[in-house]
Amino acid sequence: MLLEVSGLSVDYVLDRADVRAVDNVSFTLDRGEFLGIVGESGCGKSTLLFAIAQLLAPPARIAAGSVTFKGNNLVGLTDGQLASVRWRDMSVVMQSAMNALNPVKSIGAQFRDAMRAHGKTSRDEIGTRSAEVLRMVGIDQAHLGSFPHQLSGGMRQRAMIAMALLFTPDLVIMDEPTSALDVVAQRSLMVQIKELQRLLGFAIIFVTHDMSLVSHFSDRLMVMYAGQVAELGATRRVFDEPLHPYTRGLLEAFPSIRGPRVPLKGIPGNPPDLSVIPTGCRFHPRCPVVYEPCAEVAPELADKEGTLVRCLRYTEERSVPDDHAAATG
Amino acid sequence: MTTPLLRAEHLTRHFKIGGALSKRTLHAVDDVNFQIGQREIVALAGESGSGKSTIARLLARVYQPTSGQVYFSQGEEDPGTALSAMRSRRARLRYSSEVPMVFQDPFASINPVFRVSHGVLRSLKLHRPDLSAKERQAEAARVFGVVGLGADMLERYPHELSGGQRQRVGFAQALAGRARLILADEPVSMLDVSIRIGLLNLMATLRDTMGVSILYITHDIASARYVADRLIVMYAGQIAESGPIEEVLADPRHPYTQLLVSAVPDPRAPLSVDAETDIGEPPKVIDPTPGCRFRFRCPIAIDQCGTVTPELTQVSGREVACHVAQSGAEVKAFTS
Repeated sequence: MLLEVSGLSVDYVLDRADVRAVDNVSFTLDRGEFLGIVGESGCGKSTLLFAIAQLLAPPARIAAGSVTFKGNNLVGLTDGQLASVRWRDMSVVMQSAMNALNPVKSIGAQFRDAMRAHGKTSRDEIGTRSAEVLRMVGIDQAHLGSFPHQLSGGMRQRAMIAMALLFTPDLVIMDEPTSALDVVAQRSLMVQIKELQRLLGFAIIFVTHDMSLVSHFSDRLMVMYAGQVAELGATRRVFDEPLHPYTRGLLEAFPSIRGPRVPLKGIPGNPPDLSVIPTGCRFHPRCPVVYEPCAEVAPELADKEGTLVRCLRYTEERSVPDDHAAATG
Repeated sequence: MTTPLLRAEHLTRHFKIGGALSKRTLHAVDDVNFQIGQREIVALAGESGSGKSTIARLLARVYQPTSGQVYFSQGEEDPGTALSAMRSRRARLRYSSEVPMVFQDPFASINPVFRVSHGVLRSLKLHRPDLSAKERQAEAARVFGVVGLGADMLERYPHELSGGQRQRVGFAQALAGRARLILADEPVSMLDVSIRIGLLNLMATLRDTMGVSILYITHDIASARYVADRLIVMYAGQIAESGPIEEVLADPRHPYTQLLVSAVPDPRAPLSVDAETDIGEPPKVIDPTPGCRFRFRCPIAIDQCGTVTPELTQVSGREVACHVAQSGAEVKAFTS
């Protein structure tokens, strides 16, 4: 096991009250595994990533839980102690490569900075390794001298990924790395990420709001809603037999490019404001198959043949009616 | 055939780039012809840098065309007035109220220091000066109702609204000026997946009940298919393929359309690995030489593609700009 996140909760400490953005999240990640995390804006998925990478800054703080990476709990370590883990063993690819790269430094100089900061100082070694990782992501090494504005969006995103691979980490955390790209570039980048993973064997935590994007790439899928895990299971299974009504709603919210054109409803309402969390099940105000206890009883995660799901329909042994589509439609 | 609402003929927009002494020109939009009918949603699709947004800005008169012309019709009998002929302030105001824009980012396109009614009321004051203050309030409440927002929303501030609600405010502002063609530039791409469908449904409702036409600019082909009647696929400043959306997507004839369709992630279908080799880099259209602009990425390019720019011509119920498709051969560049 490479990573074990256990009971992790993150609070944003605000004047009025604390807002819990991530609530009691637990999961494990094996070496070489690809975990997709999906959810809407404000569901806590990015906060969770930042908490795992120990990148949270006030007012956010880890309120409870542990992040055990290669046997060490990272929660509570100082920046100095984390420095040996960061980049070498665990690296992060940020959402917007346009903003994450320094506009006044060449790509090569930024690679050099990262390597020096993490203990590699030999000029030759830095040069060879920089060229090597850039080639790995399909960019000519001539671009080491290029500035970010001289690269296209897709190339910048690739350069970011190359940078994350400088030290061949065991875990690469990606926060919507493809969201600024169009479909063709997006798919090409996903295929490349998967290929690099196969070659180098690192594990990936991949956060996205677009479920269909990871459908062919992730091993397991975690669906988050209002700071909690709504469903966690093998990706194929979640797509083929979604258990949680929210997962079903998300899947049905995508118009398809094939088959008949059917009217869709999406999910009614808006994702909840985390400072005013609904009572009982957090999804109940938007749920098409809500029933009496949902407003009062907060469901726990239940194991349903290997898939974890947070819905009273499963804990109370009352299955979700199959005419769910009719209920929404 | 009925008169199109808007007609673009040989629309071209070039930008000078690289400083005062540079002679380089970026061909953002090159010799583009298309029409938008009454009561029609036309999807304009293509990758970033293909000229989609430039077209929207040309239609909104934010940019002046380098050459070519856009004609806007005032009704069935009117063959259309050229945009360049709208010289009076009145004519231009009327055009901009009838052809408003809805922007991509609902968080940046509404002024955060005013209540959300502000934009609607200002638009009403400017474009419909005959209304009294009371009538303006009533009209603002009405357009809010049309887009599915309660009248109580008028007094809210933008930060109190969700992304989906803000984007509805954008459409309400457009409707306040009695819009006939809404230029919607990626109106749902920044919204959550579960909210997007609601906005797309709203666009369809505006078309069906109010008779508004919409130019829906997007790179999301699936959402385009959900809501649009016709599809125009742009590549590097030119139209690659256009036609009724169902027919184009069911059987795309241009290699680029095929690539685009094959790249749409579909969780219900197995991964198609065909286009893996395509790195998805859009070309920079700086001082282009004649020839098809897609030829560098096209697996079926022939000699002619390197010398002659393909014209957009009728091929089996749609228009395609591809030499191979026009020769009658079957195009199978990327399969989905």
